Amino acid sequence: MRVNLTVNGRPQEADDVWEGESLLYVLRERLGLPGSKNACEQGECGSCTVRLDGVPVCACLVAAGQAEGREVVTVEGLAEYARQRSSGDAGDTPDLAPIQQAFIDAGAVQCGFCTPGLLVAADEMLEHNPDPSDADIREALSGNLCRCTGYEKIMDAVRLAAARQQEAV
Amino acid sequence: MDFLRPASWEEALAAKAEHPSAVPIAGGTDVMVEINFDHRRPEYLLDLNRVADLYEWETGEDTVRLGASVPYTKIMENLRSELPGLALASHTVASPQIRNRGGVGGNLGTASPAGDAHPALLAAGAEVEAESVRGSRRIPIDDFYTGVKRNALAPDELIRAVHIKKADGPQQYSKVGTRNAMVIAVCAFGLALHPGTRTVRTGIGSAAPTPVRATVAEDFLNAALEEGGFWDNGKIITPSVAKEFAGLCAAACNPIDDVRGTASYRRHAVGVMARRTLTWTWESYRGARRTSEGAA
Amino acid sequence: MPTNGAPTKITQGSQTKGGVGESTLRPDGTLKVTGEFAYSSDLWHEDMLWGQILRSTVAHAEIVSLDTSEALATPGVYAVMTYDDLPTDVKNYGLEIQDTPVLAHGKVRHHGEPVAIVAADHPETARRAAAKIKVEYRELPVITDESSATAPDAVLVHENRTDHHIGHVPHPNIVHRQPIVRGDAAAAAERADVIVKGEYTFGMQDQAFLGPESGLAVPEEDGGVHLYIATQWLHSDLRQIAPVLGLPPEKVRMTLAGVGGAFGGREDLSMQIHACLLALRTGKPVKIVYNRFESFFGHVHRHPAKLSYEHGATRDGKLTHVTCRIVLDGGAYASASPAVVGNAASLGIGPYAVDDVDIEAIALYTNNPPCGAMRGFGAVQACFAYEAQMDKVAEELGLDPVEFRQRNAMEQGTLLPTGQPVDSPAPVAELLRRVKAMPMPPERQWESSEGADVRQLPGGLSNTTHGEGVVRGVGYAVGIKNVGFSEGFDDYSTARVRLEAVAGEAVVTVHTAMAEVGQGGVTVHAQIARTELGVAQVTIHPANTEVGSAGSTSASRQTYVTGGAVKNACELVRERVLEIGRRKFGTYHPAWATAELLLEGGKVVTDGGEVLADLVDVLGEEAVEVEEEWRHRPTEPFDLRTGQGNGHVQYSFAAHRAVVEVDTELGLVKVIELACAQDVGKALNPLSVLGQIQGGTTQGLGIAVMEEIIVDPRTAKVKNPSFTDYLIPTILDTPTIPVDVLELADDHAPYGLRGVGEAPTLSSTPAVLAAIRAATGLELNRTPVRPEHLTGTA
Repeated sequence: MRVNLTVNGRPQEADDVWEGESLLYVLRERLGLPGSKNACEQGECGSCTVRLDGVPVCACLVAAGQAEGREVVTVEGLAEYARQRSSGDAGDTPDLAPIQQAFIDAGAVQCGFCTPGLLVAADEMLEHNPDPSDADIREALSGNLCRCTGYEKIMDAVRLAAARQQEAV
Repeated sequence: MDFLRPASWEEALAAKAEHPSAVPIAGGTDVMVEINFDHRRPEYLLDLNRVADLYEWETGEDTVRLGASVPYTKIMENLRSELPGLALASHTVASPQIRNRGGVGGNLGTASPAGDAHPALLAAGAEVEAESVRGSRRIPIDDFYTGVKRNALAPDELIRAVHIKKADGPQQYSKVGTRNAMVIAVCAFGLALHPGTRTVRTGIGSAAPTPVRATVAEDFLNAALEEGGFWDNGKIITPSVAKEFAGLCAAACNPIDDVRGTASYRRHAVGVMARRTLTWTWESYRGARRTSEGAA
Repeated sequence: MPTNGAPTKITQGSQTKGGVGESTLRPDGTLKVTGEFAYSSDLWHEDMLWGQILRSTVAHAEIVSLDTSEALATPGVYAVMTYDDLPTDVKNYGLEIQDTPVLAHGKVRHHGEPVAIVAADHPETARRAAAKIKVEYRELPVITDESSATAPDAVLVHENRTDHHIGHVPHPNIVHRQPIVRGDAAAAAERADVIVKGEYTFGMQDQAFLGPESGLAVPEEDGGVHLYIATQWLHSDLRQIAPVLGLPPEKVRMTLAGVGGAFGGREDLSMQIHACLLALRTGKPVKIVYNRFESFFGHVHRHPAKLSYEHGATRDGKLTHVTCRIVLDGGAYASASPAVVGNAASLGIGPYAVDDVDIEAIALYTNNPPCGAMRGFGAVQACFAYEAQMDKVAEELGLDPVEFRQRNAMEQGTLLPTGQPVDSPAPVAELLRRVKAMPMPPERQWESSEGADVRQLPGGLSNTTHGEGVVRGVGYAVGIKNVGFSEGFDDYSTARVRLEAVAGEAVVTVHTAMAEVGQGGVTVHAQIARTELGVAQVTIHPANTEVGSAGSTSASRQTYVTGGAVKNACELVRERVLEIGRRKFGTYHPAWATAELLLEGGKVVTDGGEVLADLVDVLGEEAVEVEEEWRHRPTEPFDLRTGQGNGHVQYSFAAHRAVVEVDTELGLVKVIELACAQDVGKALNPLSVLGQIQGGTTQGLGIAVMEEIIVDPRTAKVKNPSFTDYLIPTILDTPTIPVDVLELADDHAPYGLRGVGEAPTLSSTPAVLAAIRAATGLELNRTPVRPEHLTGTA
């Protein structure tokens, strides 16, 4: 079957999609967007987290056909998404979303396989909760497994992004 | 495999009538796992994402009509006062990402004893609105679960909504898992006080082939509360009563040993949760009573 | 950045910006946060096929018949291969013992063993075709534990063994046995005032790296193949792959693709040979990606173990002797079992000074899933048991458990049970002192004005307690891990370093075959090059087999060994550059001949700081390139009878203090804090060091309270191969992990560094168990501890 959807602001069309394919497979294997990761394919790790019409979901559990006509934001589009949210002005803003920069600066990236999903989830949390407590951060990210970091640097990164975001306001 | 994409409820019913083997998919949080892991290859997938009214809810005089696909996140955020037990249960579902997609309709359709919503629905009191091209009917929740992963739906029926009694008293929900988040229930317990009818209802998850109520425990507690005048005097529930209630709840279980836990543990844990949730709800009831008396 | 106000004592400072000792950021960080970093499962090739593996559905069986005809006839299928299609006489592989069939030959020995492989145009086509392969099994009795393995009439998992261990094992179902005897434990036991015995069980842990096994094999015009792969050791893979394909090694080109974590699980081959076979058969690129279910069958796990210990001590708190017997379940194939046995045995009593020791460690062949390398490698299982014993002895003596450990702590110069002296700092007592001195987390953090915050209580979001039944406990543990490959292994690495002037700037390229699996080796290599060559711009060349072997990214060895190789190559480059400088400019300034010369800030300077020349001018058009192997000090095998021998090269020590809150009625555990003190010798990159310690600590937490692959003892089948039922800690399960880093240089190692990655995984688990014991008063002789063990409902 054919699936039409908008990914990171661009209309996309995928042909010959097998009916059992997930949105994750379509993104990774058909649309050249492998940033969303395939760690468990059962909704138990969060590494494929994307925003579907603005809502964070596991792309592995969205049937490709269910994405028809909908808007998807992946990690590849996160910087642009954050840019539009903050100003709408593409002027001299940096190439990375604040959460992306914070992950690098805080040492929250090791193997990096969980990183894309965590970034999408954390970015969405900060959108709604710009001043999260540690317990808030842990709850919001409790659907994203990381096996390398022990999460401490991820906590640091989200705190850092929140602090920078508040300074910027 | 065929992917059916009805644009309306009527089209969905027609499709289900034409292809009774079609597997409905809404949040996809059960169905897609089975497809990804090659556990299931349905002939037809029936996508319900485009049926908008499944995502709506209405609060009536006595009940909330909850669309089958209303995501758990929405229940947590919007129905905490009307459906406190279900809101608590929703908060224990998997992860934020899953709560954004999954809804009560999926839990009911799968009818796994481990589904998080069941104990809350059993405790609150609910009816499942099932519909086919032949017509619509309301299935009392007590009659809905018919076996392990089996329910009372006919092959051509779809779940449209659940009608859940609005809380007339405190409700609680507890679930044991071996992780502090994103975990399938080892067992779960829901409890609702219904001061209007002076009854207590319960729901047990993952500790029997189907979700069940602990009816013997309820009867015992209802009688004990009545006898002691507890609903009126608002006294602390006698520890021996709470203990007996907990024991009867544990006895209502018919669990198995599996990788998630032992049968013996499940029985034990249900007893502990029964006692705790009774204490929490009763304390809350007493607090509310004192407040209203103080106001009066 | 400090971690939650915890003391993070790391000395900073280096002459060159971005050099050794600084927390420089990952060179691959930007790619990883934008989704552009190409992991092995992200690869794509025009005209590529998908490979699928058919695995055995039973653990132990003869294959009576195998029919692939229907699968082969499926439209979209390009190839189906079985044992009979293997191209050469080499049909097995293995890290040390070549006992693992590429595809099953007449028999399967564990649940999930590869039987056939399929290549098709879509993964679903490949899956459907694989499902059409008809395999008839005749089931055999399963060997699942020591008693069934060594019973007189036991079926042999491997008949006709010819490996070099068969001569010294007491039974063919024992892979390897290593006794270690020093002093006279029986005589010493006579002096003991207390004797404590214990039996312990350690569950099967999975590495659970998030990036599934995957790779892309591309056939090449010369008849060879190019494999893009996530692995821990390219050259070890190559050595095993090429003979099976019947290709000379130079025709099997290997490039490291992005690796989504490893933790030991990528030391053995998974889909490498299968992808190459299908690519060569079809003439098309073939990609294989396991899903999570398959991943649980696709790599070895941490050995489950049964451990029996006896500790004796005098009234004044000195250990008299230790005896122990460690039985590791190696599963169906050897993998790294022999080396794991050596580690478990030689580190079996922990970081303590004991003169009279009697140790035996064995690994079994069974029909359980194969076990091999995982972070901590044999030392983890032992640490869980000996630390439980240390607490028991302390209790018997009425001593504080930390004090008791300190009284027996090894020091520099202490002899290991193998007779080998520990010849670098061994600050065991100091680490315990430090971890104990860290401030305790406040009590009842879950209380708030709005009632109990369940997120901070046992049970978390599941709302099981609002404080009822919750009891706090504190526990301590310390461990010792060897660094690098031991027992006489020729453990070397190779680095190629090139220095040249590009567009008026000096540029270094570092090329090694080191597998970057997330640990940050690429960060550190650039730091080393900056420090040694005084050049800001360093490029890390992609890892591949065009350069010599770097050895494995395991055993906490890469910063030491490949870091050492990079340092060594840089030093050789520096010498050559200075030679060129002397040749070109020596006549202009006497310091060229007389002073100690350094490279700093892109210049040649004297040790007094005088600038002699710009590096760019010295180099001119010339590029200086060195490729050189580098070795750490040699080690020796352990004597097969006594276990004596200088088998290890370096040790890593960490201590933990765990603070837990246990819902004692429901048996649910919330770890509140896991404080760690570790000696790292020298922190080359302090931020990465913390990441390693916190990550390792969390994996230790996982095996303490939740992680276990459950194998049915009747069928030897895996019951929970998914992330639904094999649980690893979420961010809500993981506490704050304050870290106190000590830097006592090991003078034998580059910069004095110590391997960091594994030690924290050792002591984390027993510390958590000790804390749970303190909270519950239960004995708890197995890990992971599950709610039923805490509530008497097992």
